[in-house]
This record gives sequence, C-alpha cells and structure tokens, in this order.
Amino acid sequence: MTINPNAPHPTTRKPISVLKSHLHAACAATALLLATGSLAQAADLNALIWCDHADPALLQPFEEANGVKVNVKEFEGTGAGMAIVEQSQPGDWDVMVIDSIDIPRGVEKGLFEPLPEDKLPLADLFPQVKMDSSTVVDGKRYGITEKFGYNTIGYNKTKVDPADMQSLAALTGDKYKGKIAIYDYYLPVIGMAALAIGKKTTELTEADLPDIKQELLKMKANAKLVGEVTASQTALATGEVDILVGGGEWVTAGLAKENPALDFSIPREGAVLWSQSLAMFKDSKNKDTALKFIQYIMSPEGQARLATSACYWGMPANTKAALTDEQKKILRFDEQPDFLARAQPYPAPDADLDKKMQDVWTEMLQAQ
Amino acid sequence: MNSATNSGRALPWALVTPALGWTLLFFVLPFVAMGFSSLTAHDGGGFTRANYSQFFTNPAYWQALVNSLQVTAIVTVISVLLAYPFAWILAEQVPERWQRLALMLAVLPFWTSYVVRSYSWLLVLAQNGVINRALTGSGLFSEPLQLANTRLATVTGFVHFFVMLLTLTIFANLKQLSPSYRKAAADLGAGPVRTFLHVVLPLTLPGIMVGAFLTFVLCIGDYITPQILGGNNELLMPQLVMMQIGRRGDFPLASALSIILMAVVTIAYLACARWLKIERA
Repeated sequence: MTINPNAPHPTTRKPISVLKSHLHAACAATALLLATGSLAQAADLNALIWCDHADPALLQPFEEANGVKVNVKEFEGTGAGMAIVEQSQPGDWDVMVIDSIDIPRGVEKGLFEPLPEDKLPLADLFPQVKMDSSTVVDGKRYGITEKFGYNTIGYNKTKVDPADMQSLAALTGDKYKGKIAIYDYYLPVIGMAALAIGKKTTELTEADLPDIKQELLKMKANAKLVGEVTASQTALATGEVDILVGGGEWVTAGLAKENPALDFSIPREGAVLWSQSLAMFKDSKNKDTALKFIQYIMSPEGQARLATSACYWGMPANTKAALTDEQKKILRFDEQPDFLARAQPYPAPDADLDKKMQDVWTEMLQAQ
Repeated sequence: MNSATNSGRALPWALVTPALGWTLLFFVLPFVAMGFSSLTAHDGGGFTRANYSQFFTNPAYWQALVNSLQVTAIVTVISVLLAYPFAWILAEQVPERWQRLALMLAVLPFWTSYVVRSYSWLLVLAQNGVINRALTGSGLFSEPLQLANTRLATVTGFVHFFVMLLTLTIFANLKQLSPSYRKAAADLGAGPVRTFLHVVLPLTLPGIMVGAFLTFVLCIGDYITPQILGGNNELLMPQLVMMQIGRRGDFPLASALSIILMAVVTIAYLACARWLKIERA
C-alpha cells in the first residue's frame, strides 16, 4: 500500500490549512464537549465505534476483567469519524472502528499506531479478510479486521423465489418491481452494479461510471425506497419490500429468531465483501489498555459477542470465535469458504473517483 | 452629570452583552468558520469557488434545492390552512376554562421524540400500516397504496409537526385581538363572515406570517423527516449536505451547500419582513 505523494506533509502545511484547522478546532471544541459529555478519566478507554461495539454484553466482560470503563462514541462514516478525531485533542481517543479500506486514510493523516502482529491472533483469521492491502501500510500493520460480511441480496424467502436470488439480473427485471429496497451506501451498491455488468470491483475506473449509472438507474426504477441501515432493515422486516439490494447477514441474521424467512444469497456474479477493522491511535495515553481491548475483541469470546451484537450481526473475522451451533447456522458459518471465494473486495476508489462515484449515486437518488 | 450619562449608556450594553456574546459564540463564529470552509478545497488546497460552482453546474445538486423549496412551500401552505381554523376554534369556540387543557392536548405530540414520531408515521403509512389496511379492508382499494417512502409521507410528517407550531402562534394572535374590533364591525353592519374576512383575518396575518416563516425555516433545514419518511426517492438540501460528510468528510462542500441554504432562508425572511412588516407586528 502506498501513500498519496501529493498529500501535504503535516510539518509543511500551508498557512490556509493551518487557519482552517484552527477554525475547525475552535468551533468544534464546544460541540465535542456537548456531544461526549465530560471527557473520560485517563485510566478509562475512549473508543470511537460503530453501534455494534456499544452493546453492554460486549463491553462489560472487558471492563470487569480489566477494571476500566470503556467510554464509547458512535459515528457513521469514516469522514464523520475523522472529523471527530481532528476536532479532539491528541490523546482523547484510544481506539477506533473503521472500514478496513479506509485505514490508509488514517495512516496518511498520522493518526494510527502500528499494531504488534505477534500479540494478535492473525493466524486464526479467515485469510481472505485480513485485507493486508489496506491494513498494512509500508510494511506496518495499522489495523486488524474484526468483523466482515457481504453486501449482496437480502430477501424474504417466502415472498420471492430463492432461485431468482442467485442472479443480480433479478434486481433489474420486472418480476420484483416495487418489491425492492436499496441500501443507501454508494460504495457497496456501486460494487454490486459493477458485478452485475461484469466488472471487477478492484478495477473500476471513471470510464466505468456511465454503465454503472445505467445499472443503478434500472435498480432505482424497480425500488420502493433507498434507505439507510434502520430504514432498509425495517422495510424488509415489516414486509414493505421483499428484497434488499446491498443486504446480507448484517440485516437478516439479527432478525432470524423473529423472522426466520429472511435470508441472503451470494449470486452467481458475486457479492461485495465488507469488513471493519480496529485501529489504535498514535497519541493514545492508554496504549496498553487499548491493545488489551483489541486483543479482547479479537479473542474467541469477544469475537462471538461482537458477531452477535444487538445492533447488527456479522461474521467474526476469527475462525475460532466461540459461537454456538445455532449462531453459526444463522451466520452460515460453514458456507464461508465458498462465499469468500465468490465475493469481491469492497471498492476502494481514490479521492477523485470516490467523489465521482458519490455524484453518480446522487444522480441516481434524484432520478424520477 | 457625565458619569451618570455614561452609566446610563453602559447599563443597556451590560444587559445585552450576554445575548451578544451568545450570538457571537454560537452563531457568528460558526457562520464565519462555515463561510471560510466553503471557500477552501477538500484536498487542503487554497481558496476556491469550486464548491459553489459545483452546486450551480450539477443538476442533481440544484434539484435538491428545488425539491426543498417545493416541499417547504407545500408544507407551509397546508399547515396554515389546517392550523388557522384549529386555532380559531380553540380561541373562539372552546370555553375559556377549557382552553388551557385543549391547547395542551393540541401540542401533546410535541412531547414525543421527533425521530419516534417520524417512525410512527412510517408504520402508519406503510404497506401493512393502519391506513392501507383500512383502505383494502373496506374494499375501496384492492391493492395497498404506496404512501410511505414518498414525498406525500414527508409532507405528512412535516404537517403533523408544524400545524402544532402554527396553532400556537395563531392562537396567541387571536387571543390578543380585542373584542372591540368585532363589536365595532358588527355595529357597522358587518356579518360574521365579513367581519372575519375584513377585520379578524388581516389583524391576525402577522401571527400567520410569523408561524409560516418559522415553518419555512425549520422545514427547509430539517434532515430527519425526509430521511425517514421520504425513502430517499428524492434528495432535499439537508440530505445533500449530510451526504458530503458521511464517508468523504467533505466539509467545504457541505459548508457551501449550507451557506446556499442560509441565503434562501435570508431571502425568505427579507420577503416576509418587507411585505408584512413583522418587525413592527
């Protein structure tokens, strides 16, 4: 993995950037205090997390075993998370949950501390989800994949023909028009559109965007809504729609007990592999505790609790996760080798292509 | 003498200083920072107008403002049309001793979370929701209507909220209206309808416009309702702003879009202030 050579070095920042940074910091300081309440004691662990890490069933065993309090702040989207960090004082945060593909962004900003590979269970991870192309920068590991899954087709098997869900073509045909919801996150769904037209997610360029846009517009024409996590999950669970484009075990597994009819497929064209990682902040004042936290999350017990978190389920990255047989069945644990073989990596565009992809997504949303 | 004059001048300033400080800290400073940010490049480069030119050259961005203005106009008009008779009934028809209770009941939905209220509407309007079950159960329709995840759903959620707000402002205006005006109109031979149209309505217009302006401002800047009820089948300006922040953290573009939104609100204020002289109401 290489860093963008055009990125300004922290010590040679332009005056305008410095002023901008100070303005951001000045405005954000009060907001941060309001948002997080009083900042934690030095002995506590301050974690920037996704909602699955806020589950007391996950945090409590670690807190009790180590006699520390884990203070969490949830965020959505790497940009929002990075903004919180930039508006904080160095050392305010100890660990962060981040999209695996975005770890280089944090490294580029000088935020993360290399992790000691010999103290992490890397050998126990599913090899395909280690994501070394993102989690290792210049030979140093800055993140470890903790959870993964697929952006694929989630569906209600009592309402649709499961055989149809074996091809992405079903999403643009007439048969399920008005019965479809689209997950509102442009990268994975653009990845799915790319798969549908025979492109590889790792090879996408600006030249592919017109065809991808056409595919997205066909999906939108069939869709009843384009919703974020809660909205799309609710739509599928309540029967408002029967198919969720971009859905997967993260939608269906957590609802399995209440609604066993929900399932997901990995279609012939493939699915998009998502993964989230844990990273430690370079300026953390509690690096030992931070490492212990990462080790706990990556342990068989922590992995099982994270995989079945109240917010959303997902596959544990550690093959030795202490899941029950029932939980493994719901997550389709034994089918993972086949799923992983057919899944393609999350699109990881550079900043320019990322912006263009988001604009394509905006145009799709505005299309009537 | 001079010292008395000076202290007389100082007192008003001392009294307004906390408010001025508050405004400076929580409005002027963030606004200046936002304006500054909107003129910088996302990649850390120098000053640029690119964030503004993107808005004016990308039809999908421009459409978000058009959508916002359309939705806000519809919501404001419907809310006024519903709130006025409601406020009038409360002020004129409900006995004085029950008015306080009636008003409290009218604004009861304010006490619930905005997010919960929006999700509640989603369940009411859903394919299997109360309305569609009633429509299909009564035989009026054979298939459920698409009510949720539409502009209609967004407007419904907004109207539910803003009718309460407008009811309060119009009710207050109606209660301040001296009964002498109506008596004078009656003495001059005007019937109830004519008295309402030529006396009551014009005198309560400031209350309507204050409420309408508040509705406009709050509605055009709201993110929650269209996000939950609109199903992202069209984007409004606040959604477009949020989209820039989520993954890419493009605060300069988000700032530029916010400044444009503020400019629209300012124009609306100037229009209201000039035509209806709110400042003297």
